[in-house]
Amino acid sequence: MSEPEKKGWFSRLKDGLKKSTSSVSDGITGLFTTGVLSGKRKLDAATLDELEDVLIMADFGVVTAARVTQELSRTRLDKEVSDEEIRRTLAGVVAQTLIPVAKPLVIDPANRPHVLLVVGVNGSGKTTTIGKLARQFRNQGKSVMLAAGDTFRAAAIEQLAVWGERNGVPVIAKPVGSDAAAVAFEALEKAREQNIDVLMIDTAGRLQNKQGLMEELAKIVRVIRKADPAAPHDTLLVLDATTGQNAVQQVDVFRSVAQISGLIMTKLDGTARGGVLVACAEKFGLPIHAIGVGESIEDLQPFDAREFADTIAGVAA
Amino acid sequence: MFETLSGRLGDIFDKLRGRGVLNESDVGAAMREVRVALLEADVALSVVKDFVEKVRERAVGQEVLRSVTPGQMVVKIVNDELVAMLGGDSEDINLNAVPPVAIMMVGLQGSGKTTSTAKIAKRLAGRDRKRVLMASLDTRRPAAQEQLKILGTQINVPTLPIIPGQMPLDIAKRAMEAARLGGYDVVMLDTAGRLHVDEGLMTELDSVKFSTMPTEILLVADALTGQDAVNVARQFNDRLNVTGIVLTRMDGDGRGGAALSMRAVTGRPIKLVGTGEKLDELDNFHPSRVASRILGMGDVVSLVEKAQEMVSEQDAEAMVKRLRKGQFTLVDYQKQLAQMRKMGGMSGILGLLPGVGKLKKALAGANIDESMLVRQDAIINSMTPKEREHTKIIAASRKKRIAAGSGTSVQEVNKLLKQHQQMADMMKKMGKGGKGMPQLPPGFDGLLPR
Repeated sequence: MSEPEKKGWFSRLKDGLKKSTSSVSDGITGLFTTGVLSGKRKLDAATLDELEDVLIMADFGVVTAARVTQELSRTRLDKEVSDEEIRRTLAGVVAQTLIPVAKPLVIDPANRPHVLLVVGVNGSGKTTTIGKLARQFRNQGKSVMLAAGDTFRAAAIEQLAVWGERNGVPVIAKPVGSDAAAVAFEALEKAREQNIDVLMIDTAGRLQNKQGLMEELAKIVRVIRKADPAAPHDTLLVLDATTGQNAVQQVDVFRSVAQISGLIMTKLDGTARGGVLVACAEKFGLPIHAIGVGESIEDLQPFDAREFADTIAGVAA
Repeated sequence: MFETLSGRLGDIFDKLRGRGVLNESDVGAAMREVRVALLEADVALSVVKDFVEKVRERAVGQEVLRSVTPGQMVVKIVNDELVAMLGGDSEDINLNAVPPVAIMMVGLQGSGKTTSTAKIAKRLAGRDRKRVLMASLDTRRPAAQEQLKILGTQINVPTLPIIPGQMPLDIAKRAMEAARLGGYDVVMLDTAGRLHVDEGLMTELDSVKFSTMPTEILLVADALTGQDAVNVARQFNDRLNVTGIVLTRMDGDGRGGAALSMRAVTGRPIKLVGTGEKLDELDNFHPSRVASRILGMGDVVSLVEKAQEMVSEQDAEAMVKRLRKGQFTLVDYQKQLAQMRKMGGMSGILGLLPGVGKLKKALAGANIDESMLVRQDAIINSMTPKEREHTKIIAASRKKRIAAGSGTSVQEVNKLLKQHQQMADMMKKMGKGGKGMPQLPPGFDGLLPR
């Protein structure tokens, strides 16, 4: 792909998150350079307020930002602290929230096929994520099938077909305007016949406040269950890192309609910091499986809570 | 959109309005709440700080302290500053150049560029009768060019034939050449989604801009964007000098913070907003109307405009004549029902009425039944023409038949007849120029021909 040299996943994550990191950690460093003492400074109310602002700018949300700063203040208020100390404590608090939810996506070989339903709002990166996952599963020697469940958007089927071709995996599709549930059902039957390991079902993007579209999603799940009561084994919600506090709403509604089992966050390679993930973890405790930090296939990485927290707080590894 | 923010600010202002005297700490407390409300609505922190500071400065000044109703005055100041932040007048697409005029669409991945391209093309070709050619410069995302082509066939706007493997800049040049030869007015250039930090791709946009000299470079952005909106807007603008912003997914339940931030950071107007998945769901952006909506003051102008779009002049005149004579039959009632449904039902209309923001929430809780409009329509359809003109002849046996025919109950038929009677009485009074405006049922007053 576009990457000239092969890098380890860690350095990729760091590269990808560099933007996110630098804005938060610049903010933290800024706190000190503006202080009377550069390097060490009293962690007083004013400093905490500024720290809270920095977190808000990272999309933590007002409530979560307040909670995190409160945690910091509980132990360190009015003590002299260094830049590095603040970073570490911040990383610790963030990691505490994220560690319990950092769980890799596990494909159970007992399921044939293991059905993954991929949902999200428009433009969050569902199809691209499926394309990347397909390659990763193929590289693990698994057989993969894709179902083109986005029967609404122009050329969505073609887009998935290109990914199928690139990865050498079959794509089950019906004409535009067909019932997405029927596509899913048919794909599941075919996957069974062909003894496929992983079936990934793409769906049309839908805003969570569109009731009709959410009901359609509920129907897809119902129909899949008819074919296999245990399926879908995983239902993944794809979140866009640039989304603000609305992401919380998205998780809430999609969870109740389609029983989300895990989250994937895309587009963390820009300046967006994805802090809303912390708020989501706090509120819902849903597993976070992976994050997207770039356009190439290896840029979809397993989610590592400590790494994410460290990079967001700018702790040197 | 904006409902949550509107609700939060409403609560804060209610507290202020009730006060006879305001001191600095009252204003300070209110401003802290405003700050949180705006932040929760995803308005960028730097923008929030500026905003709150400006309002505070004015609010603790003489202007407020001397006024008779200080609370009201603070609300007014917030309104003024909101309008200022959103920009004054609504601005349309600029096509002021020798045709073919290029319009460039830029933005992050997944922000809605291609759909917006088709929506704008449809509007230019339909409403403005321009000859439009669309071309996709997105050679990166699989099937992106096919997507625009399919949309083109749906809206009857030609797209530049796809040549696989051609580079974006060459596609742009070919599009302009084809437009010159084909006598087109406008060329819509849909570019690939890219991160604002991607130097290579930004250079590519630069070269497309240089070679096509577009009159509009529209930054397409997702209305659900969080704090990052400022970075995206600023960097695209610094690099390309965007001429306007198209906000997509305004029909989501996001809180519109991005709208406030992007305009404030770039100083560029929000020209258009996408309000749905259908290709005609594109609206002009009216800053002052949006500000009133955020503050729960309603958007009567939009309501009247909507009504004007839906009701033809002749219909309205005929209706007025009949009303003057004191006639308001079930046929008229049915027409009103149909108009209400066209305008987005009860909730659509209520959302635009002043002071209904909160009421609307309560109504949603009470689960107001939009299907009532449909059922009433069915009931009227089950009547004979004579019954529709002369409701008096509808006796018990007729009611039974009507209820059976429309799949409703006699109670519902009665309810409809009663509602109609009340409205007819009211109309009679109005027709005779009776004393004062009688209380209209909600939603109906914007619909009446004046």
